[in-house]
Amino acid sequence: MTTIYAARRILTMNPSRPEATHVAVRDGRILGAGSKEELAGWGETTLDTRFADKVLMPGLVEGHSHMMEGTYWRYIYSGYFDRTDPEGRNWQGVKSIEAMVERLADGAATLADAAQPVSGWGFDPIYYGSRRCNRHDLDRVPGTRAVGVLHASSHILNVNTRALELAGLLRKGVDHPGIPLGEDGLPTGELKGPDAMTLAGSHVGFDREVLACDELGLRYFSRLCVRKGVTTAADLANPLPPQGVEMMLRVTGEADFPVRLVSLRRMSNDTAPDLIARAKELRAASTDRLRLGVVKIVVDGSIQGFSARLRWPGYYNGAPNGLWYVAPEQLRAVVTLALEQGVQIHAHTNGDEATELLLDCVEEALLKHPSRDHRFTIQHGQLANAAQFRRMKALGMCINLFPNHHFYWGDQHYATTVGPERAERMNACATALATGVPFAIHSDAPVTPMGPLFTAWCAVNRRTASGRTLGAQECIGVPDALRTITLGAAYTFKLDGEVGSIECGKRADFAVLEDDPLEIGAERLKDVRVWGTVQGGRVFQAPAAP
Amino acid sequence: MRLAVLVNDFGELAIDADLIEAQSGDLVSIAGGCVCCSFGSDLIGALVTLAGREPAPDQFLIETSGVALPGAVARSVALLPSLSIDSVVVLADAETVRVRATDRYMGDTILRQLAEADLVVLNKVDLVDAGTLAGLRSWLEEAAPRARVIESVRAQVPPALLFGRGHDPVATGPWSGPSPGRIRPPAPAAAAYESESFALRMPLDVAGLAGDLAQPGCGLVRARGVLRDADGSLKTLHVVGARFEVSASGAPAEAGTGLACIGLSGRLDRGAIERAIVRATRPVSPSPAW
Repeated sequence: MTTIYAARRILTMNPSRPEATHVAVRDGRILGAGSKEELAGWGETTLDTRFADKVLMPGLVEGHSHMMEGTYWRYIYSGYFDRTDPEGRNWQGVKSIEAMVERLADGAATLADAAQPVSGWGFDPIYYGSRRCNRHDLDRVPGTRAVGVLHASSHILNVNTRALELAGLLRKGVDHPGIPLGEDGLPTGELKGPDAMTLAGSHVGFDREVLACDELGLRYFSRLCVRKGVTTAADLANPLPPQGVEMMLRVTGEADFPVRLVSLRRMSNDTAPDLIARAKELRAASTDRLRLGVVKIVVDGSIQGFSARLRWPGYYNGAPNGLWYVAPEQLRAVVTLALEQGVQIHAHTNGDEATELLLDCVEEALLKHPSRDHRFTIQHGQLANAAQFRRMKALGMCINLFPNHHFYWGDQHYATTVGPERAERMNACATALATGVPFAIHSDAPVTPMGPLFTAWCAVNRRTASGRTLGAQECIGVPDALRTITLGAAYTFKLDGEVGSIECGKRADFAVLEDDPLEIGAERLKDVRVWGTVQGGRVFQAPAAP
Repeated sequence: MRLAVLVNDFGELAIDADLIEAQSGDLVSIAGGCVCCSFGSDLIGALVTLAGREPAPDQFLIETSGVALPGAVARSVALLPSLSIDSVVVLADAETVRVRATDRYMGDTILRQLAEADLVVLNKVDLVDAGTLAGLRSWLEEAAPRARVIESVRAQVPPALLFGRGHDPVATGPWSGPSPGRIRPPAPAAAAYESESFALRMPLDVAGLAGDLAQPGCGLVRARGVLRDADGSLKTLHVVGARFEVSASGAPAEAGTGLACIGLSGRLDRGAIERAIVRATRPVSPSPAW
């Protein structure tokens, strides 16, 4: 059966036929895009006019997010900015610590089980001035429950007195850089960094066991994708244990599951041969809607957490250099074997020293195992400079930049972490374009909210939360940004032959938009309304908020 | 002594795991640390699991990765109320450590590791000439100012230097510190140690003594003791290099008290230790009554 969808405008991203009014779909794939007359030759067709007043784009591709964005919606949203949940409800941002406590109290009132802790997420105290949240603030949530609020970075947890007690941390003499003490010598309730968080985390609902293989989280995640026009999403750092893979195969295989998930296995304590062998096994288990077999390596930490590895002169505020999350010799070994064995690697580097190390490793490995189309991809690479982009180009690498940072942390980068000059070159999209490095842009959800059109707005405008334009030279145009959130991201996963444009032979994946992103204006690109998606020829309308 | 060993094992050849015999069901696998996709560190989780075993291990040996900062790991482990840190040991290769310390990517990490060490095991000293070794010794005084340096060949270090003892020395019987003397380890040129023990029955300032013993002058690598404090309570004293800790002792009240010190052969200064003991036993003048 062949369906022809009529639309107000179709932006195809196919350079030989950039626009069309109709698209013909058969067996979940695109027969062609063009005029109604041109498509009539495909035989018996049904004309579907439900999109006659909509704009179609290729289904958007989120190149770096985490399924955990879905899981977090089990908890109470406590962030500063408005955010939409999987059901389409808008949660207003909380504008003070008092407002956050009130929201947690409201949430606590709805909990049936008396033993259940109160868990919030998305808290971002940098917007509340110098006042830090402490356990006494959270003690104002009525009742005897343990209360915990995870920060937007996911690397700091605030807990109440009860939670400290349960964790065995309500005592004097605690000596840890991640656990500030109050005047009474007891922890204030702020727990910074994973080690400090672990002991209390399980008592406030952030339990590793619960969070691994979270089926409900995967379903929530897929609904968010539909709301944001996303038909292919990368889940960038999954441990992918066998039971997790089994669950993901089952759920993504359901007839109405709306997203193609690219799930990368994160390297942990693996030897290089084990890692590569497991990646090949996973690749063989892939289905259309669950793509496996790519390896994720985390090389350093984050810039705002001062754990990224920077080259000279280091952090603007004088903080010591960050941490390696992988030993250089291990990175070298894995990159070399992966190239030899044809397994693709995506590597997280934030600081420019981490990026340089990765470039060195790939260069060395290529001398041993020349590879024409490895597409090893730098994830984030936020501080890469022009010389490093030239090396990426020479080495056949891709990069996935993180423009959402400009909005959420750009002011901090300018004032504190890296200073004006480097803040203005962060996530250098225009340099990537000029150098010819294939690139994507991403949200890293749940670190920032998923929404490729918002991310595109960030790349086009480079606007910070306070309204500063952070490096006008690195702004890119709307057409380039739209290509980046479709074909650009698809290329980094070697899926550009399959998705990312609307043209004959490709998957029938569309983002269905109420507004035309080429007409709405660069300033309003983030305001483009999404009706829903078509994924593999199946129509998914984002339901209205309850 | 029951020792739980947590190995870091990512190498291309799983040498470490192959060398560990009798793994049976006692091998606990730990995945990597943090980052946005996971909460917390598996190390803490594994330690909680291991500490809860029956019978519980007496001591943990944690091999951190080459890029970890062991001081930071130690502070995190110390968050577990049931555990305390014995020492941070850094193994340095005499042939390569000074070059590695200038490595473009790893140099600052290696220097931070050395700076946080309580004990540095300077290995492969048989492979460098005397001049190089002398240079290394003075370089380490700067690079690892807190640490006592144990020189070794084939990483042969007497367990007494590395681990001290797993038990409270008097908890299992009357005081019987290791008898003074020399024990020659199997490999030639490997570190040899000597020990001194002191039966001490009088009350003394245990914290003051611990601080003195942690000074380099006494020449000891480790000290451990159960001692009666000035207030009459029993305390456990624990010194490794410059690190010291005094805590309430679980030993029965009738147990004997005493102090055992271990140092490298020829370095242990019995006179300095005795002077420290004398300082700690000076009668504390009673608080003024007004």
